[in-house]
Amino acid sequence: MKIISNKISIICGHYGTGKTNLAVNLARDHAKAGEKVTIVDMDIVNPYFRTSDYKKILEDEGIEVIAPVFGATNLDLPSLPAAMYLAFEKEGTVIFDLGGDDVGSTVMGRFREKLTGKDYEMLYVINRYRDLDCDPKATAEILSEIEKVTKLKATGIINNSNLMYETTKDHIEEGHRYALETASLTGLPVVATVLRRDLSEEYREKPIPGMGEIIPVDIIAGPSF
Amino acid sequence: MSEKVLMKGNEALAEAAIQAGCRLFFGYPITPQTELSAYMSKKMPKIGGLFLQAESELAAINMVLGASAAGKRAMTSSSSPGISLKSEGISYIAGSDVPAVIINVQRGGPGLGSIQPSQADYWQATKATGHGDFQLIVLAPSTVQEMADFVGQAFDLGDKYRMPVMILSDGMLGQMMEPVSFPDKGEPVIPERPWAASGHGGKRPHNIVNSLYIEAKDLEKTVVERFKKYDIIKKEEQRAESYLTEDAEIVIVAYGASSRVARSAVNSARAEGIKVGLVRPITLWPFPTDAIEATVPTAKKYLTVEMSMGQMVDDVKLVVNGRKPVSFFGRTGGIIPTPGEILEEIKKLNGKEA
Repeated sequence: MKIISNKISIICGHYGTGKTNLAVNLARDHAKAGEKVTIVDMDIVNPYFRTSDYKKILEDEGIEVIAPVFGATNLDLPSLPAAMYLAFEKEGTVIFDLGGDDVGSTVMGRFREKLTGKDYEMLYVINRYRDLDCDPKATAEILSEIEKVTKLKATGIINNSNLMYETTKDHIEEGHRYALETASLTGLPVVATVLRRDLSEEYREKPIPGMGEIIPVDIIAGPSF
Repeated sequence: MSEKVLMKGNEALAEAAIQAGCRLFFGYPITPQTELSAYMSKKMPKIGGLFLQAESELAAINMVLGASAAGKRAMTSSSSPGISLKSEGISYIAGSDVPAVIINVQRGGPGLGSIQPSQADYWQATKATGHGDFQLIVLAPSTVQEMADFVGQAFDLGDKYRMPVMILSDGMLGQMMEPVSFPDKGEPVIPERPWAASGHGGKRPHNIVNSLYIEAKDLEKTVVERFKKYDIIKKEEQRAESYLTEDAEIVIVAYGASSRVARSAVNSARAEGIKVGLVRPITLWPFPTDAIEATVPTAKKYLTVEMSMGQMVDDVKLVVNGRKPVSFFGRTGGIIPTPGEILEEIKKLNGKEA
């Protein structure tokens, strides 16, 4: 995704919208494109299915992983490593994967001053199919709660509307409408639409207007059986 | 059915309880069931329900007993160590003949153990959730959809038999996300509870909900009656899924998360021409003896797979009763077996004479 190259980007959103899956995919794509990439797991509220789980794969691909001290262990202890401060000084592409909602994003608040004068993106990930009430107003409300605790303003929306392996073109189109509605409620642009790799080709060639950049992803988070 | 959405298993359990008419949730926080309580805390106040974080697990389960005694659908959820704490209250609920739904999103044990998925509470759920002669109905979902479906069924079974029902899940099922839909139905039908201590306005004799019996002979009579009910449940309520068992020479028995891994291994083994099938118990109590019995004529060997040191394997052995060898493969402490590991076990069994 062009706009995140060689700067800091912060991936936030309602929990379970696919932040970690997206962050890991983006880190790998940018590393493959030859960029120096650092991924920061800032999720200290959820002990399952998180960036730290993919540490080895990422490091093998030359990506630096900064994770909570007890990430991916049995200690349910929210503690941050000193290295997290250094992440703000890194060269290249730095991706912060926040925890879900305002609760999971709170930790970013203490680092706000580190971003003063820096060019960064804060990208709000949404998934229409994570919301039983399918209400863009509620989705916009979650963002304002996240902005309150991070003391940062989001710069764009990433539409990750999907039903995992059951996603169809209808879901993609309905998800897109939902993203546009959320965009108009928040005043933010839809900077990108995330699609499962096998569904992405068609939309890369012929995107629906307003989709932004198409990001193909593999589903890596969660069990494989 | 409603449109499909992506949900974590824990959230599906919570939403399904609300849709089943449960408006009273009493809990105490523990990983990895957290999202269930979090969902309840967000949603219950919006729909006129109650989410109450009690001061302890003991308090929470006794609030469930109180709410159920008053004739309301009530639920609590926890994870392994928390269920141990609740077990006294669960025994009181069983002894009081009131329905209640108890969720266990299992983690590694014993003790504080781990926060990773486990199935080491099988014995606790099916044999010894508390003191005294009693049983719980125990349902074991294996998908997020089943997490949703089984909650309403658990409430209905509890009402039908006036007894506590447990959903025995685990951290993996609780935390993972899958598409799920909910039935399109209006207000849930909650049966009348003429036994409830919910006020009578002097129009009927008062009801007593209690597990204390002053005379031993009265307690014996009550327990014996309860066991007659258990006999009916054993006959009527067994559930299991049989997968590729018709010609299976090796039959795997696995439930919940480990049944997903086992199914994957069965598919790989079939691709290599090994005649293997899977019996997946859905009710852990009553144990699906009929489904396992049905495989005995064709099976040469049994393999029980669990995320424990081997607990359900005892019940499989009781059914097979020495007619065929029953072996066990498990990982414990929060480790999920891989399909490859189970495939290796299948191959080992396939290579050996019975």
